[in-house]
Amino acid sequence: MEDILSRLKSGSVIVADGAMGTMLQEVGLPTGASPEGWLMENPDPVRGVHRAYVEAGADLILTCTFGGTRARLERPGLADHVAEVNQRAAEIAREAAAGDAYVAGDIGPMGEFLAPMGKITYEQAVEMFAEQAAALAAAGVDVLYIETMSDLNEARAAVAGAQQVEAGIPIFATFSFDSHGRTNMGVSPEQAAEALLALGVDAFGANCGATLEMTEEAAAKMHEAAPHVPIIVKPNAGRPHMVGREAVYDATPEDMAKYACSFVALGARIVGGCCGSTPAHIAAIAAAVKD
Amino acid sequence: MSGTLEQLREAVIVGEPDQARGLAVQALEADIEPLTAIDEALNPGMQVVGDRYESGQYFIPDLMMAAEAMKAAMAVFGPALVARQEQRHVLGTVVIGTVEGDIHEIGKSLVATMLGASGFEVYDLGVDVPAAEFVKRVQETSANIVGLSALLTTTMRNQEAVVEALEEAGLRTQVKVVIGGAPAGPEWAETIGADAYAENANEAVDVVKQLVGV
Repeated sequence: MEDILSRLKSGSVIVADGAMGTMLQEVGLPTGASPEGWLMENPDPVRGVHRAYVEAGADLILTCTFGGTRARLERPGLADHVAEVNQRAAEIAREAAAGDAYVAGDIGPMGEFLAPMGKITYEQAVEMFAEQAAALAAAGVDVLYIETMSDLNEARAAVAGAQQVEAGIPIFATFSFDSHGRTNMGVSPEQAAEALLALGVDAFGANCGATLEMTEEAAAKMHEAAPHVPIIVKPNAGRPHMVGREAVYDATPEDMAKYACSFVALGARIVGGCCGSTPAHIAAIAAAVKD
Repeated sequence: MSGTLEQLREAVIVGEPDQARGLAVQALEADIEPLTAIDEALNPGMQVVGDRYESGQYFIPDLMMAAEAMKAAMAVFGPALVARQEQRHVLGTVVIGTVEGDIHEIGKSLVATMLGASGFEVYDLGVDVPAAEFVKRVQETSANIVGLSALLTTTMRNQEAVVEALEEAGLRTQVKVVIGGAPAGPEWAETIGADAYAENANEAVDVVKQLVGV
């Protein structure tokens, strides 16, 4: 496979995968368990979810390492196993990709505020992100993929950490715009785009979010602010609502496919799904955007 | 309202803890009663902050800094109230936490902070809190409000488990239960027998005030 940046430069659309967490719950991840901890003992179901996305048409799959920073691995008691957990997760994803898809090393937020609101300093954050990024890179991921960011400083720390790893590894980053068109920390799509552009991030955009409409609007604004950067859109399958005691995400595969086409029309080059999306959603997206 | 109180209110709105502390000292030196300052500067200031959050002018950092400013002023007024043998009117006692299996902290802490700043006594039990722990802390604190946060579609059911545990412990009539978290909603509150749902930290304050009739 040509490297992912060349593929992006050619202008073709890359289909990314869908949700991992909500899928793992269906194949046995206990409620509340850390997916990163669980995969050490249960590589097969994780590999299975990855493979299902590849077979559905995903060209890019994300490692199961959203909570793979030291800060997040503390709870399952794995703070001293950052390298081991991230490398194992990357291996599992690479096995599932089997050369048919790119593997992105997923880096999620630390789940705590940076100083002055929280206790973690910017420097400590950079160090933690660098630690995770180094492990993912060592395991041979094609790109470091920072996602679901809300705080500009945390995103900067994550990018800085990723940039310490090895020269030339591509870096992607996406924010979650879920509050009146901004992130819950108040970052606008334009501010995010400007910051990421200045940091030299290779592709960026919006993931998770609240409604598909809000994520679409955010992606359009990021594209406007940085027209030459490939835009990523990886939204939730709408919003969850309760039907009796079951949570149901309201966007069907057909809904997501329709949105994916409009994302591409407004400049997105990487489209996929986040919470609540399934291989069926990704298959519908792939069929729609690859025509 | 005196100029000092107006400035104090503004310091809360813009989230300046150092200024708020200084102005609180200034207010006491000017013989302004601490309860007057709380009622006329701090509470209305937080009200403005809440409204701005609701309308999308303010975001999480603004709320946090306003609450810090409020706390800084209260650190001055608190001892002054004790010296006068007065008490800030406590609106109610809240036990709040994120339910078992769920480690989402931020939303829950924000609700706790806003309730505290609005005059409630708040016991924040943290995240991944078992139902039995909620029951125990309600007994210990004689709380009349329980706040249950869940951000995952899978952990929402543990909100129901807490409601049931409160029922079994004979505490359900003593407390009003408010739930929150992205997947939840008013229907879910009804399904599991909670008293109310709140969409965000600001709404939580209004909802809880309504539930306790203040």
